[in-house]
Amino acid sequence: MLSGINLIAVLGLSLLTGFAGLFSFGHAGFMAIGAYSAAICTTILKLPFAVGIAAGGATAAGASWLIGRATLKLKGDYFCIATLGFGEAIRLILDNFQGLGGARGWPGIPPSTTIWNILILDVIGVALLANLVRSRHGRNMIAVREEELAAQVAGIDVFKYKMLALVVSAAYAGVAGSLLAHYMTFIQPKMFSMVKSTELTIIVIFGGLGSISGSVLGAVVLTFLPELLRAVDKWRLVVYGLAVIGIMIGRPRGLMGGFELTPASLRRHFADRKEAKAAKAAQVAEDAELGKDGL
Amino acid sequence: MAQFLQQMVNGLSIGSVYALMAVGYSLVYSVMNFSNFAHGGVIMFGAYFGFFGITLLKLPFPAAFVLAFVGTAILAVLIERIAYKPLRERKAPFLYFIISAMGASIFLENIIIATIGPTFRTYPDVFGRSSIALGPVAVGRLDLIMFAVSAVCLTGLVLFVEKTRMGRAIQASAYNMKAAALMGVNTDRVVMIVFAIGGMLAGIAGVFFGMKYTVYPQIGNITTKSFVAAVFGGLGSLPGAVLGSILLGIIETLVAGYLSSQFRDLIAFVILIGVLVFRPTGIMGKTTEDKA
Repeated sequence: MLSGINLIAVLGLSLLTGFAGLFSFGHAGFMAIGAYSAAICTTILKLPFAVGIAAGGATAAGASWLIGRATLKLKGDYFCIATLGFGEAIRLILDNFQGLGGARGWPGIPPSTTIWNILILDVIGVALLANLVRSRHGRNMIAVREEELAAQVAGIDVFKYKMLALVVSAAYAGVAGSLLAHYMTFIQPKMFSMVKSTELTIIVIFGGLGSISGSVLGAVVLTFLPELLRAVDKWRLVVYGLAVIGIMIGRPRGLMGGFELTPASLRRHFADRKEAKAAKAAQVAEDAELGKDGL
Repeated sequence: MAQFLQQMVNGLSIGSVYALMAVGYSLVYSVMNFSNFAHGGVIMFGAYFGFFGITLLKLPFPAAFVLAFVGTAILAVLIERIAYKPLRERKAPFLYFIISAMGASIFLENIIIATIGPTFRTYPDVFGRSSIALGPVAVGRLDLIMFAVSAVCLTGLVLFVEKTRMGRAIQASAYNMKAAALMGVNTDRVVMIVFAIGGMLAGIAGVFFGMKYTVYPQIGNITTKSFVAAVFGGLGSLPGAVLGSILLGIIETLVAGYLSSQFRDLIAFVILIGVLVFRPTGIMGKTTEDKA
C-alpha cells in the first residue's frame, strides 16, 4: 500500500526530474503541504475525503507556483539548493506552528485511505502522466531537459514548461501526502524531511530518468525491499547511497531510463529478437552451404 | 547594550565555524562548478575523528585535531576519486555529479548510523568552561580558540591561493579548466588538492562544531547553512564565503536572541530565498554564466 502512495509522489517527481531535468530536493515539502491541508479539510472542516485529496493537491500546486516564480529562473544547482531550502523551510514552519500540532504531530486523522483509493489514483496518475509526456507539452519539456538553450531558440517558452512540470509534480506530491496522512492517521513534520525528499529522488533515479514504467518499478521495488529487509534496516540507506553513486558511474540510465514498458515496446522487443534469431539462423545456413562446397 | 555585544560575539564565533565550512565548499565549487553535497558528510566525519581521537585513542587535543583534519582531507580526496572522477572523465552532465554527491552524503551519514549508532556524543571538556571577560562581554575560551584558528586557517588559505604556484594553478583552473590544462597545469592534481583543502577545512570545522555542540550523524545537514552562507556571500568567491558566513552567524544569533530561537534555522532559509530572488550572485559573487 505504501508503495502505491510513494508511487504517486514518485510519478510527480519523475516528471520534474526525469522529463524536465530539474532536481528538487524539497519535494517532501509539497507532500507535507498536501498532507496538512487534507487533514485540515477532513478533521477541522469535516469535508469528505475526496475533497481533502483535491485540496491537498491544489494547495501543494499553488505553493509550488509561488516557489517556482522565485526559483525557476535559476541555474541548475542553485535551483537544487533553493528547493532544498524550501523543503526544509516548510518543515520548520510546520514544526513551529503549534496550531497544527507542531513538532509533536497531529494525530487522529480518519483512516480513509484504502487500497482501492490508492490503486485508482495510481492508475489515473500514470495515465495522466503518460498522456502528458506523449503530448506536445511533454516533448517540449524533454527538449528543455536536453538542451535548454536550443529549446529556447526553437521557440519553446522554457519558463512556462518548467513551471508546468513543477506544478504538476507538486500536485502529485500533494495528493500523495494527503493519502499518506489518511493512511498513517498521524502526521508529523519529521515525516517530510529531507530524508524523504532524497528517498523519492533516489527512486526516480533508480527506476530511470525519463521512464514512467521505470518509476513505477522503482517505487514498488524500493518500497517493498525495506520491508523485506527489515532486519538490516539500518543499512538500507547506506546501500542506497552507494547504489546511487554506483548507478551514476555505471548505469546512469537506471533501471529503465528512457524506455517504457508498453505493449508496443514489448512486441517490438520480441519481434527484434525473433528477427535476430532468424537472421542468425540464415547466416549459419549460409555458412554451412559455403562450407559444404569445400572452401 | 552588553547583551547586544554578547550576541554579536556569539554570532561571530558560530560564524567563524560556518566560514570554515563555507570556504571549503566554495573552493570546490569555484573549481569544479558544482555543489559538493558530500561536504556535510566530511564535516561530520571530522567531528567523529576528533571525538574518537580524544576518547578512544586518548590523544592530547592537538594530536587529535591533526588526526581529524588529515583524516577528512583523505576522505574528501577518496570521495572525489570514487564518486566524481569517473563522471568527470566521461564529461557527464553536472546533474549526475549532484546525484552522486547526494548518494555520497547519504552513504556517509548512514554508515555512521549503521555502525556506531545515532546517539549524540559530547566532547570531553578540553578547554575548560571558563570564559574570559573582554570588557562587558564574556567570551568562552572555546569560542576564542575557534575564532583564532579559523582566522589563521583562512589567512593561510588566502596566502596559499594568492602567493604559491599551486594556488595560482587553482585560480587558473577555477577560471577555465580547459585553458589551464592547455597551459600545462595538471588539472587532475589541482582537483585533488582542492578537495584535500576543502576536506581539511571541513575537518577543522567539524571538530569545532562537535566541541561547541554535540557530535551526531546528522551534522551533515548543517551544510545547508554553509551553502546558504556561501551563496549569500557569493558562490565562487572565498572572501565572500567568509563574509556571508559571519553575517549569517551574526544574523542568526541576533534573531534567535531577540525574536525567538525557533526562527533560528528558518532565518537561514529566508536569507537564502531572499538572496536567490534578489541578488543571486550574492554579495561578492563572481558573475559567470547567468544564474538568473
